[in-house]
Amino acid sequence: MDYFLQQLINGVTLGAIYGLIAIGYTMVYGIIGMINFAHGDIFMVGAFIALIAFLALVAIGVTAVPLALLLVLLIAMALTSLYGWTVEWFAYRPLRKSFRLAPLISAIGMSIALENYVQIAQGARVKSIPPLISGGYTLTKSGGFAVQLSNVQILVVLTTVVLMVVFTWIVAHTRLGRDMRACEQDLKMASLLGVDVDRTIAYTFIIGAALAAVAGVMYLLYYGVIDFYIGFVAGVKAFTAAVLGGIGSLPGAMLGGLLIGLIETLWSAYFSIEYKDVAAFSILVIVLIFLPTGILGRPEVEKV
Amino acid sequence: MSQLSETKPASTVGATPGRRFEPVAAFKRALLSAVIAFGLFSLMIGLRTVSGPTGALLLEGRPELLAVLVGLTFVGALAREFILGERDVNLQRFVPAGLIARSSAVARLVGPALFVFAVLVPIVFYHNRYMLDLGTMVLTYVMLGWGLNIVVGLAGLLDLGYVAFYAVGAYSYALLAKNFGLSFWLCLPLAGILASFWGILLGFPVLRLRGDYLAIVTMAFGEIIRLVLLNWQSVTRGPDGISGVPRPTFFGLPFTNSDGGFASTFGLDYSPTHRIVFLYYLILALAIVTNLVTIRLRRLPIGRAWEALREDEIACRSLGINTTNTKLTAFAMGAMFAGFAGSFFATRQGFISPESFTFTESALVLAIVVLGGMGSQSGVAIAAAVMLGGFELFREFAQFRMLIFGLAMVAIMVWRPRGLVATRTPSIFLRKRKPVDAALVEEARQ
Repeated sequence: MDYFLQQLINGVTLGAIYGLIAIGYTMVYGIIGMINFAHGDIFMVGAFIALIAFLALVAIGVTAVPLALLLVLLIAMALTSLYGWTVEWFAYRPLRKSFRLAPLISAIGMSIALENYVQIAQGARVKSIPPLISGGYTLTKSGGFAVQLSNVQILVVLTTVVLMVVFTWIVAHTRLGRDMRACEQDLKMASLLGVDVDRTIAYTFIIGAALAAVAGVMYLLYYGVIDFYIGFVAGVKAFTAAVLGGIGSLPGAMLGGLLIGLIETLWSAYFSIEYKDVAAFSILVIVLIFLPTGILGRPEVEKV
Repeated sequence: MSQLSETKPASTVGATPGRRFEPVAAFKRALLSAVIAFGLFSLMIGLRTVSGPTGALLLEGRPELLAVLVGLTFVGALAREFILGERDVNLQRFVPAGLIARSSAVARLVGPALFVFAVLVPIVFYHNRYMLDLGTMVLTYVMLGWGLNIVVGLAGLLDLGYVAFYAVGAYSYALLAKNFGLSFWLCLPLAGILASFWGILLGFPVLRLRGDYLAIVTMAFGEIIRLVLLNWQSVTRGPDGISGVPRPTFFGLPFTNSDGGFASTFGLDYSPTHRIVFLYYLILALAIVTNLVTIRLRRLPIGRAWEALREDEIACRSLGINTTNTKLTAFAMGAMFAGFAGSFFATRQGFISPESFTFTESALVLAIVVLGGMGSQSGVAIAAAVMLGGFELFREFAQFRMLIFGLAMVAIMVWRPRGLVATRTPSIFLRKRKPVDAALVEEARQ
């Protein structure tokens, strides 16, 4: 039971990270109906920017952990959004009226390009940093096994909850959010009614990238180890989360993220750690085939 | 159908085409580009993480490189403003409309010319081992491209896990040959059968999916197969791979320097080149078979059903075409050729490991098909030669080539989404067979 509780805590933390990435997938799919295959790599870029920003801050003498953390978060969000915007401008915007799978193929190209760009710029070796935040609480202790809740885990979950609240507010109550919802319902109609579609889509990518950057910072804090390849698998899992929750639905993305995080952690804990990615991919396949609208999604009506 | 608006990038909407060049505004925009470039590259390229003496990460500044990149962006943006004004880059004007001119006389000659050239390669380059190896590799990808073309170009099902069937073929041959001592010529059809069996098996669940969901599921299947190969140590030896895969024989005669070998049987001096040339012709023959089968299938009812399915699935069903069988045969045919290519790969390399069957490989084959122009046979062959030739040309920049490859995929989609060969020849025609613009064909639409 204690072991299970510990896995539950770990799973929720991991799920929060996946959920943050999944929002980027779900928003873009909701509005322009494309799978932003490069989004996982945007997350990876965010983690790298955070790593470099952290090292740079240490080098110039900013060592107070809360301040450094806040700065790293802001820098990573700002610069990663710039990457998100650039990718949209370069690889997707010119394809708005192309044939349907062109954006997907372009996104695959972008994903390969980003991975190799980071590999060339920062080297292929695994990068690790010492834990920035240590300590935690022991929840229960029975026999030889103690259930730990670390400060990093609290930080990850809290940050995610705060961001979700802020983001939900943006979508529900601001002009931008209204434009986004209008674009999601009908792109052409929205543009006829004076919504600047290109700008709204650009903002969608910027917000998605900023949230992915936060996920990258959290990943770096939680694991302390990153390399240029983390984006692919994390991206697939986050996409699975988005589909599982119901693509286009924001609470769905969070719920899906939590479920995927829990499934992955419990699978590794009780079955085999080697096959944990196989499990993630299998869930993706099963969800897409048997539950393509997800848990909170609306069924898609096929029109001739 | 408004073809003009299709080729024009969407961002031209609202811009006045061909507006005059205004120095101040252009300068401002170029400056903005430079600022964005600075933001993008400042941390990623301006600083580099290196391992310090204690193993902890340290930073190393690269201000010159950063300055060069930002400067280049500024100059490039300014030049773009100067040349194009407000218009968007439209390379359509600079690239000829279809690598093969629309005159069908030239187009009809390209295929045979390529074939003759391919046959002559081992004779011309007999003493050039490098060219022979390169030719063999190009032909392997031509064959894979043609196989994938059945699934993507003809049936319009975007398959991102094609390399899985290649892996099935390679491992089938390696395991059957090593464990049961079966010969290459017996294993070849077996590998094809096994691969197409997997094609059907994986095809069944994805029948109901459309478009990008189908693409993602096939990618997931590809990754699952690779991960299983990686982790199923007792059979596949995991990441160590299988070495010592038996070499091919000339219908039973081994290419060795002994009595009963190929050279002594035919009274030739032994030379290791014999095997290389044999492998070259073997893959050439396999590729030609793939091509001929595809061309014939296109004219059979099943091929027409594939193309109809690509154009409109609902119309297909209304007309009584069994879409289940049509999709499954497309998957099975494509997978079978990948299986053949896979077993050839295994026998040529003598060593296989899951490393060779990553997602990037699937993306490469897909890029070849897309660059060639989905559904065009000669386009795929040219694209494979261009792409692998390009890889070899830039061998010194090996670390950059995947970066360029990724960017090239984006560039193709932006500038030539219909591929190099932008015309298609219909299999049914009223009076005269004449190529039509690929924009009228709905590749991989549904």
